[in-house]
Amino acid sequence: MKRKTRRLWLVVFCLAGLGAAAGLTLNAFSSNIVFFMTPSQVASKPPPSDRTIRLGGMVVNGSVHRDLKGQTPINTFEVTDGQAAVTVHFEGILPDLFREGQSVVAVGSMAPDHDFTASEVLAKHDETYMPKEVAEALQKSGKWDPKFGPPPDASSWNSMTAQTPGSKPKSP
Amino acid sequence: MTATPGLMARLGDLFHRYANPGRFLRLSARLQPWLTWPAIIVTAIGLGWGLFVAPADWQQGDSVRIMYVHVPCAWLASSGYFALALCSLLSLVWRHTLADLAAAEIGPVGACVTGICLATGSLWGKPMWGTWWVWDARLTSVLVLFFLYLGHIALIRAFDDQQRGYRAAAILALAGAVDLPIIKFSVQWWNTLHQPASITLSKAPTMSHEMLWPLLICTIGFNLGFVAIIIARLRAAVMENRIRLLLSAPAARGSSSGSVTDRSKDQGEQVA
Repeated sequence: MKRKTRRLWLVVFCLAGLGAAAGLTLNAFSSNIVFFMTPSQVASKPPPSDRTIRLGGMVVNGSVHRDLKGQTPINTFEVTDGQAAVTVHFEGILPDLFREGQSVVAVGSMAPDHDFTASEVLAKHDETYMPKEVAEALQKSGKWDPKFGPPPDASSWNSMTAQTPGSKPKSP
Repeated sequence: MTATPGLMARLGDLFHRYANPGRFLRLSARLQPWLTWPAIIVTAIGLGWGLFVAPADWQQGDSVRIMYVHVPCAWLASSGYFALALCSLLSLVWRHTLADLAAAEIGPVGACVTGICLATGSLWGKPMWGTWWVWDARLTSVLVLFFLYLGHIALIRAFDDQQRGYRAAAILALAGAVDLPIIKFSVQWWNTLHQPASITLSKAPTMSHEMLWPLLICTIGFNLGFVAIIIARLRAAVMENRIRLLLSAPAARGSSSGSVTDRSKDQGEQVA
């Protein structure tokens, strides 16, 4: 029994050490692990224009402009995190989920005039899943406009059914 | 220290009672049909409900149905690895033969599930995010889990002396368990392209109940299926082990005296 106890403690100590090492490493590299920077981070510390960064945030309502240069669409929109906004230029086709109020991640670099030139735009959908009818009911009742960000608290709508879109949500 | 040996002894006794291969074979023979058939039926109901009956998402449309395969596989990938780490602990500390065999059998099935999770995630990412793959924290940590499974599969079979293989693979599996909390919390600790969890313990699920129910049923079905496959593989492994011992027993008997034969038979009983 003694040997088993010793082996157990050995495993426990090794795991604790390994866990601490992993935790410290991840903590130290935290700024490199984040997938994107927010507009306020970019605004407070503008990265050099030759560095490729990812910029993540919500597309500002009413800021999207589309032009055509030959066959390629040219898109201009603003991305915000609620505190700062950055104008993004992107030549190419936007993903299907792109819309005003959607979260996106733009890959590119900052121009000297503090505009962002993107070579790629990714749509980042949120963790809410709802049927079309529920989304329409929420919009019709004025509880939510997708153009202004994420939907209201889930408990107010997740028991609404698609069959009876107008039914009252089962919430306190 | 005085209380610890007592606790350890009791824990050891408990494991010995349920880890006895003979008892395992008898118990699992009765359990197997109660796992296999419910797994098939529940998975069929869940997938049918999710793929054909559940509503489409308001912005993702029908693509959201990949979720009914992707999410159960993702959960299983992590919980399967947790089971692998647990078996490795039992094998390292208590030297349980059954735990060794179970670890060897969980590896390939877990790798398969993780592979499905990565593949379906990639297929889902292309139309929704606009990319097959990004190196964000969630995706990368799950890829690391996949490689841990593959490494475990290779390592546990890499030695001529099986016991050394079990030992080395168990250490790898336990060290790799550090990846599990990283996968779980990656979407909270860092901003990622992958969205945060929709189903948490503390808050209401941010998912319509019409989508939640088929997802939960799929999850139950997938989990039952995983356990059923592991039990079936483990039964086969135990029997294979027994046959190998039986085949090697006459050689040992022929080269030694009667008293050694008794001992080798004893060992055979214990291991098989």
